[in-house]
Parts: sequence; C-alpha cells; structure tokens
Amino acid sequence: MFFTYLRRELAGRRKQTAIVSIGMALAIALVIIVNSVSSGVQLAQASVLGSVYGVGTDVTVTQTPTAPEEGAAAGGRQRFDFGAAEGTTADGTTSVSQSRLDADLGTSTFDATALDTVGAVDNVHAAAATLALRNTTFNGALPGSADMPAAAPTDDAATGAERPEGGPDGAGGSSFDVDSFTVLGLDPGGEAVGPLSAVSLTDGRSLATTDAGTNVAVLDSSYATTASLTTGDTVSIAGTDFTVVGLVSAASADADTAANVYIPLDVAQSLSGLTGQVSSIYVQAASSTDIEQVQADIEAALPAATVNTQADLASSVSGSLANAADLVKNLGLWLSLIVLAAAFLIAILFTISGVTRRTREFGTLKAIGWSNGRIVRQVAGESLVQGLIGGAAGIAVGLLGILVVNLVAPTLTAGATSAATVAGPGGPGGRGFGGAAPAVATSDVVLTAPVTVSVVLLAAGLAVLGGLLAGLVGGWRASRLRPAEALRSIN
Amino acid sequence: MYVLTNVTKKYEQGKRTVTALKNVSLTIPDGQMVAIQGPTGGGKSTLLQMLGALDRPTDGTVSLGDADLSELGDGRLGRIRAQEIGFVFQGFNLIPTLSALENVETALAPLGVSSADRRERASAALASVGLGDRLGHLPDELSGGQQQRVAIARALVKKPTVLLADEPTGNLDEGTRDEIMDLLEGLWREQGLTLILVTHDTAVARRAQRRLLIKKGALTEVA
Repeated sequence: MFFTYLRRELAGRRKQTAIVSIGMALAIALVIIVNSVSSGVQLAQASVLGSVYGVGTDVTVTQTPTAPEEGAAAGGRQRFDFGAAEGTTADGTTSVSQSRLDADLGTSTFDATALDTVGAVDNVHAAAATLALRNTTFNGALPGSADMPAAAPTDDAATGAERPEGGPDGAGGSSFDVDSFTVLGLDPGGEAVGPLSAVSLTDGRSLATTDAGTNVAVLDSSYATTASLTTGDTVSIAGTDFTVVGLVSAASADADTAANVYIPLDVAQSLSGLTGQVSSIYVQAASSTDIEQVQADIEAALPAATVNTQADLASSVSGSLANAADLVKNLGLWLSLIVLAAAFLIAILFTISGVTRRTREFGTLKAIGWSNGRIVRQVAGESLVQGLIGGAAGIAVGLLGILVVNLVAPTLTAGATSAATVAGPGGPGGRGFGGAAPAVATSDVVLTAPVTVSVVLLAAGLAVLGGLLAGLVGGWRASRLRPAEALRSIN
Repeated sequence: MYVLTNVTKKYEQGKRTVTALKNVSLTIPDGQMVAIQGPTGGGKSTLLQMLGALDRPTDGTVSLGDADLSELGDGRLGRIRAQEIGFVFQGFNLIPTLSALENVETALAPLGVSSADRRERASAALASVGLGDRLGHLPDELSGGQQQRVAIARALVKKPTVLLADEPTGNLDEGTRDEIMDLLEGLWREQGLTLILVTHDTAVARRAQRRLLIKKGALTEVA
C-alpha cells in the first residue's frame, strides 16, 4: 500500500513533484559544481605552491628580515670593487669581471642549528634546510689607464691634446654587463621534502648525498634554455665553475621551479660566506592533524622565526587563481548555501501546503484507522522520493556542469612568493642590480574540476536530508490533525 | 452495543464556548438501524463522531461493547476504528489519486492484511456494491453514486460491526439516493451490522428501525 500510494501521489501531483525536484536539483547541482571547482582551485593552489615549496611540505620556517645595522651596507646593497691592477688589458681596453653570491633579495638567514631544533619537535616527519642566494656577475670593459686623459680637456684645438683612444668603442668609452640568477643551496640527499621534491628530472641526474662539498649543480630547465646550458656544461657561480649534472622542471609545464640553479648546501654556504646559515626550513608533519601542533611547537622553540603552514602560504598565491579562489570561497559557497536553503524551504513549504490541501484525505485515513506513524511515513516517503529525484537530476546536471568546466579548462595565472620572501620585503635584500622585487614564481594553471565519490555522496546525502526534513515537517503537521476536526472542516 | 451516558461535548470558539451535545444518554443494541435527524448545527455530526471514536466527550461516557471510548488513547481508538467501525461520508472522501480498488484497499492497510489478500477482498467488496467492472477507475472517472458505492465498499471490506453514515445520500439525486439506501439496507440486513445514519432527508430516515431527533444538543426519540 505504501509504495502504491506513494507512486500514485507523486504521479498524480506532478506539478508539485516537479517544482520540489527541480528546486532540489538546482541546489544539488550548484553544490556539486562549487565543491568540485573549489577542489580544482585547491589543486591548482597546491600545484603552484608545490613548485615553490615542494610536495608534502606542511610547514615552512623562515626569519623575518631586519633593518640593517648602522654602518652596514644599506639594504644589503651589492658592491663591486676593483683594484687598480685588476683586470686584463689588451689593445688599450681593460676587461674586468667579478661575481658575487649573496643572500637573495628580502631573504634573512639564520643559524642552521634551527634545523636540529625543528627536527626535535614532536610529530615532525622530515625537515630540510635551504639557503636562497643570488649570483650576480659584473662584466665590464673600459679604456686602459694609458689611454685615459690626465685632466679634462679644455679646448682640444688650443691645447693640442690627443682624443682618448681604447675602450670597447675605441674612443675611450666603457661597456658594462650584469648577469643575475638565483641559486638555492640544499641538502643534496634530502629530496623527500623541500623544493626538489616537486620537480621532475628532465635530463641527467639529481643531486645526491655524495655531491656534498663538490661543485656540481642542477639547473631549472627553463633557465638552462635561456642560458644555453645543458648537462655536462659548466656554470660559473661566484667565480667558481660548477658542472651541470642535471636539469629539472616544475610539475606544471608552464611553471618555473623555485630557483634557477641548485647546488649542495655546504658549498652554497661556503661560497656566499654564510657558513652555518640557512634561509628556510621545510617541514613535513607526521600527519595532517599534527600540522597545527607542529607549527605551535616550532614557534615556541624558535621565537624569532616565522612559521607558516600551507594554509598561510595559500594566501601568498596571487593572480587570477587567487581571484577564482576568492570567488569560489565567497560567492560560490554562499550562493550554494542560499540556493540549498531555498530548495529545502521550498520542499518544506510545498509539503506543508500539500498536507494542508490533503486535510480531508488524512482525516479520512485516520477515520478508517490509519495510525499517525503510518501517515507520517507516507508523507515522509513522498518527500524523500521527491528529494531523491531532485538529487539524481542534480547530480546529472552537476556532472554536466563539471564536464563543461573541464572542457572549457580556463587557464588561470598564479604567482607564489617564495618562503624566503613571504616574511616581508624591505630587509637587507635591496640590490644594486638584478631587480628590487621579491622573487615570485609565476605560472599558468589550467583549472580542472575533479569529480570525487565524496562529492557525489555529499549531493546524495543532501538530497536525502532535504527530502527527510520536508517529510518530517509535513508528517509532523499531518500527525497533529485531529480526525474529528479534519472531517468537521470539510463536512 | 453502544451505551452513551450523560454525554456532553463543548467546543471553544474564540472566547465563546459552544455546547454541541447536552447530557445525551442513549443505548443502541447491536444490529439496529438508527437514523439521526435534526437541523444544521444541532449536534448530529458531533454525536456521530462520538460514536465513531473520532472524538471524546467533555463529560460522560461512550462505550462500544467493552471499550470505553471516552477513556482510551489515540492508538487504541485508531485500532477500534480500523477493526470495528466503517464510515461513509456525504462527500465520499475518496483519495483522488488512487483507483477504486486501491481506495478500498486503504481500509485493510492498518489491519496488516497481505497484498494479495487485500486485493482479493477489495475486489469482492467492489463487486458486492456492483462495481466489479470499475476496479481501476479513478474517483474522477466515476459518477457520484458510483463514488459512494466505492466508499461503502471501503467501509464494509473490513467486515465492521458498526457502519456510520453521515448524510450518505446528501450529494446524490433522488434516484441514486434510493439505490444507495437500498444497497445500505440490503448490506445491513445481510451482514447484521449496526447501521447509524445521519440525514436531513425524512424519506431516508423513515427506512430506519429507530429515529432520533437532535436539536440544540438535546436528543429525543421520534415515535
């Protein structure tokens, strides 16, 4: 009787069934699409962050840059000093070249013993330290000293002094060239966590434990292309030649990796004069539930450090991806909640309206002996099926929407400031050359909307919840009808 | 057998209290056919609701057999309605989305009758009221007289001891009225049930063994 009555009611009251089901379907579809796009945005953010921080990094430890002490070089400004005897002179032209390796712009270094402190924190699964550096090479050609005029000429014709010669233009002129690239010193054997954990090896090999103390380098493949370098070539860092042993690229084809050149940490410290110093520590927690505790414990152990979680770092993602994330988080979430609430409300109101319209029917059923429980079950069953029809339609529409998103595959641009500079620019990172902005890894990310079983289950659960909620409210209303009053109202 | 003792029923209508039944005492033996007449608002339907275990009196007692209907809870009253009392309404009160057969089956649902048995008994009940060929018809597809026949089949399919009919011919023309009354009277004689009907129609009332008049909540016997 239950199913016969249910089927007849839903078929006999098609308009109400359609309205409730359509409302529920729209809400469910919106929830599925928003949820899926939200997952896609999170994946995109993770992809962007992964290219900078590495896969599996839960927490990063840096140190906020401080203002330079009085008397120190303002803002860490780079200087190139040449003695009178430096350079080589040929054909009246003196060529000078100098290469410097310093802490990267906006980067503050701190004692490497912090790595041991972090490693001793409970629930730290792995930790690795890096030193972010920038190599700047100055090349110049200027006239030889013999060609330089003794004093500023006053009147060439009157004094009879000769015009200057030499220099790159042969007329006493000068020419300068500055080359700059980022260098990251890291533990050559620690690929489990850190920047190299997210990259793909495209040629040669990666750094190995045995590379400690040796002048070997791995290059970002994009940088290698622009610098015309490949495996087996040498790259000069701080005037020292490094053998390129491998090329790596970011997981996303359009993204750059965290640095242009990767070298062993001890070599980086030695060449830069930052012995015993690091700029970032990458930490992997034992489980996702431990992240907050790990962050708090590190903050307690290293009060001067800046400790960021992936959630904190996500806020450093900029570009249209950040706009999409904001859109999904704000508009999408609220819109889906509002539509869902509206759909539930519509279902409840229609069910109550239906019960009111069927007062005579329920009064009659009670008169012939139907119990309240049987009537509540009947009303709840009808609403539940309406919810399920809406849920099924909503899942279909939602999946269609996700398909459309994936077919359109909008490309979002994203930028992520590296951990070393998240702490804040303006420290000792000011450069005479090489740009004044913090290093930002920018990339294009294709937004995909993944379909997960959990999303479908969530949608089905919401449909059941909506149907049951409407049914229980309607059933409660029906159960409160007194048979005598229900019959009196129509007789 | 029904025994009503000093039954009073009062309703609150806003700030006003309306007394629908005043100290009504009545005994109706099993198997009797009783007609209750009276003006509109006189208390006929209220009395029928007391007899049908649809409402409880404000004062007094209503007994059906051994059951005190004025004291029992909703669940027990529901079971008594399901097993012992059949209702026929002036407006037929059929469920519009269910077929004639399914409407009759609704009376058997609370009794836990199996699906096949329910269908068989409902078909037989419809055949007994002359609608054996209208099982699959919806109420909208039946005439007023046929709808009332479906309602009678629904009331009788569970083989009740009491049949309560509230203006069973009120919505029917004269010809159909007589057909329905012939049917009800025939079933009453055939099944030996107690038939209590409320009617405005004196012609209908005259067919009963016993006639009662209720006016302003007070009940009197009509000679």
